[in-house]
Amino acid sequence: MDMLYKVVVEPFVFMGEAPDLLIQTLWEGLVSGVLYALIALGFVLIFKASGVFNFAQGIMVVFSALILVGLYEKGVPAFLALILAGVAMLVLAMVVERVVLRPLVNQPDIILFMATFGLTYFLIGFGELIFGGNPREMITEQLFLPQGTTEVDMLGGMVRFQHLDIAAAVIASIMIGLLAVFFSKTRIGRALRAVADSHKAALSVGISLNQIWVIVWFAAGIVALVAGIMWGARSGVSFSLQIIALKALPVLILGGFTSIPGAIIGGLIIGIGEKLGEFYWGPLVGGGVETWLAYVIALLFLLYRPQGLFGEKIIERI
Amino acid sequence: MLYREAGQFKTNYVADSAIFPLREDRIGLTLIILAAYALAFLGNSFLLQAVMIPFLVFSLAAIGLNILTGYTGLLSLGTGAFMGVGAYACYKLMTAFPDVNVIVWIFVSGFFSAAIGALFGLPSLRIKGFYLAVATLAAQFFLQWCFIRIPWLVNYNVSGALDAPLRTLFGIPIMGPNATPQTRYLVVLTIVILLTWLASNLVHGRIGRMWIAIRDMDLAAELMGIRPLQTKLLAFAVSSYYCGVAGALLVFLWYGGAEYDVFNINQSFFILFMVIIGGLGSLIGSFFGAALIFILPIVLGIVLPAILEPFGMSVGADVIEHLRFMIVGALIIFFLIVEPHGLARLWQIGKQKLLVWPFPY
Amino acid sequence: MRAPDHPVMSKGDVLLAVENVSLGFGGVRALTDVSFDIRKSEIRAIIGPNGAGKTSMLNCINGFYYPTEGRITFKGVKRPKMRPYVAARGGIARTFQNVALFKSMSTLDNIMAGRSIKMHSNFFWQLFRHGPAMKEEVEHRRFVEEIIDFLEIQHIRKTPVGRLPYGLQKRVELGRALAMEPELLLLDEPMAGMNLEEKEDMSRFILEVNQQYGTTIALIEHDMGVVMDLSDRVVVLEYGRKIADGTPAEVKNDQRVIDAYLGVAH
Repeated sequence: MDMLYKVVVEPFVFMGEAPDLLIQTLWEGLVSGVLYALIALGFVLIFKASGVFNFAQGIMVVFSALILVGLYEKGVPAFLALILAGVAMLVLAMVVERVVLRPLVNQPDIILFMATFGLTYFLIGFGELIFGGNPREMITEQLFLPQGTTEVDMLGGMVRFQHLDIAAAVIASIMIGLLAVFFSKTRIGRALRAVADSHKAALSVGISLNQIWVIVWFAAGIVALVAGIMWGARSGVSFSLQIIALKALPVLILGGFTSIPGAIIGGLIIGIGEKLGEFYWGPLVGGGVETWLAYVIALLFLLYRPQGLFGEKIIERI
Repeated sequence: MLYREAGQFKTNYVADSAIFPLREDRIGLTLIILAAYALAFLGNSFLLQAVMIPFLVFSLAAIGLNILTGYTGLLSLGTGAFMGVGAYACYKLMTAFPDVNVIVWIFVSGFFSAAIGALFGLPSLRIKGFYLAVATLAAQFFLQWCFIRIPWLVNYNVSGALDAPLRTLFGIPIMGPNATPQTRYLVVLTIVILLTWLASNLVHGRIGRMWIAIRDMDLAAELMGIRPLQTKLLAFAVSSYYCGVAGALLVFLWYGGAEYDVFNINQSFFILFMVIIGGLGSLIGSFFGAALIFILPIVLGIVLPAILEPFGMSVGADVIEHLRFMIVGALIIFFLIVEPHGLARLWQIGKQKLLVWPFPY
Repeated sequence: MRAPDHPVMSKGDVLLAVENVSLGFGGVRALTDVSFDIRKSEIRAIIGPNGAGKTSMLNCINGFYYPTEGRITFKGVKRPKMRPYVAARGGIARTFQNVALFKSMSTLDNIMAGRSIKMHSNFFWQLFRHGPAMKEEVEHRRFVEEIIDFLEIQHIRKTPVGRLPYGLQKRVELGRALAMEPELLLLDEPMAGMNLEEKEDMSRFILEVNQQYGTTIALIEHDMGVVMDLSDRVVVLEYGRKIADGTPAEVKNDQRVIDAYLGVAH
């Protein structure tokens, strides 16, 4: 009885008692939600265009951030390093297309999915080899990302808004908007959608699959770079970021693998849900709930709606 | 000439459905098993401790995952956690009932893993493909969290880690600080041979057919009257059993103790890689895959310094680890492109060629 | 091959009755108010132009879909919504338009898979592959070998079916369905993609199964010659509705059927 009260009632009471803390938690959930959505978008890009579920998206986030920081440490000026990091992601996209995607064209999706596992581990090893495993700081000042905090008095207490977080949320939202426009309005965007539907059909109307794939993986690489900068600024650049990036998977499950609005909403649900869960219910069980809550939320969701919020209902045809 | 099918006629169905129909195969298998036992007395301690015991343990885990992912087609990323359940269950049982022989507890701990595995397998009726993989990630992270946060599992000890208490069999120490690599190797070898034999029987019979049917076309399987949920749950249960026993063996008969981090997501991925490279849906492939992925860093650790030494360069253990990740990652992609059925298929092709040797075809 | 279990019904009784069945998915109406019956031991053809709803009808009988309206009675009992494996255990077997074989398994294993409902040895004996498990394996192997002899596919017994030509795959699929010893066998375009010789073979098998073992057969087929020769009665569907029902001779001369196939505007 007491336990029941603790779980079902107390957290809400706490929420009501200190609304400023609630807003703080909601804000932080929102920011991580938007950033999860950004990572998820990288997945969606690649999946929409090539049907490949790129498990390596997470490591691409880390890898791109590492290149940026690593170059800067070697003395390259910040913005040049940024451009070079982008170029590196283009090179990566080309290599992946040539070495992984082209030989595996027409294989079942699960084979391609497993190939991205291989890619992930290769990049982890490669990244650690070149840059070493030490955590690093993101070069926020040099990139003119805002520092500092604004404290707002509200609701009987105080809520802190880190400027970095605000900038992250804004930048991520802009990127998401750009991607959405890119997909629906441009010629290349249409070609991407054609390729996602059917490789063979796209080929037969003269769309160059190889080019499209390079473009799309490059775009995903840029998205990963931006996400890497933002996450790195908030949590430092290290390989543990990869585990955070894995959380984009539950986001995709909620939002569907092909829907941009789905990725956003999924990201927000997971981000906010996770933070609320950790802050209000976490202490009951000793904390650390953030490591698995996102997945369990996704799992419960899957049981209820196997196709996610925005996915299409799967009708099996015989 | 040495390896021939000709002249071996099967006169009844029992003989025709034998798992090793060729006499040469049966002889070869017997020789390998005898050699494995002989190794306990002939091999040096380092070989046994650092190579053979872990190779056997990982092969067992790979067999477990192969049953789930290879035979039944259910991709699972929770292998590490299921191994952990077996290890922790074994620990609790051993310490709660120290008088019962520990071998019994090793076999029993698998059942706990099986139960948890079946529980996390329940969603598999409605969820497929990589959605299911993400659901197994839920199992992986949740169970790992449990290993840290539930101090009861480690009997409230301060370090939070598992340790291997002293246990004996027929008076000889097989677990704990006094157990020699030789005795531990013999125990692990026997357990692995026994469990592999059972797995082989299962996959070659009615149940194996049901699993493969579900993998190949689950709708058609259902039309044969095969119940999909029961079959998938059975796959989860049996698979997790094997992983659980492997986990117990890993902690108590190999490492001698472990922290929760041993059963992390990297472990899950590495066992999956063993299964992919070795061959999905092949028991012998599990052994091949474990050998390649596990022995690789050891070989690297010996070969690389040897090559670089004349140049005055040395490589640290961490560099070897990074190279291992890179090589394994590259191998996965390589195998998926070149031979998605893994080393097991290459082995089969080799045997086919041997059947007609010295003729080309 | 031993005869199926002693039939509950005698030849001529209604085995399956479809009454006012309608089926819709979202905005699409696959079937509208279809009624017909299938009598024990007859060969019933279901024909009609493409998109008429023939496969959907079989899917309803099979348990894949449940009619949005109407009902289906099997052996006199109204069928509730059920999963396909329940229908299978009730004595209904089926083949598919796009051969649904287990591609990585051999012919023998595929047909043995069809014996799954008849195999009951428990898990424990399966672990040891001995005793009851082995006895059962041999007994069912014997049965399956008879089916293999019957369908003349001995030479491809151990070949993985993914490597077989299309015509042989369809034969293996028939074998797998027969292994279930069904009371009602649903065949979805068993002759599709076959040449004349293969069609003659397949027709011979279908007739033998029906005449020797009394298996009731419902058959979707486009080849009119086959339909006329093989079937006892024919049901004609068009755009999800029944437009004719009777013997092959009656149906052949029905004006509505002729119009449907020739595409006269109505």
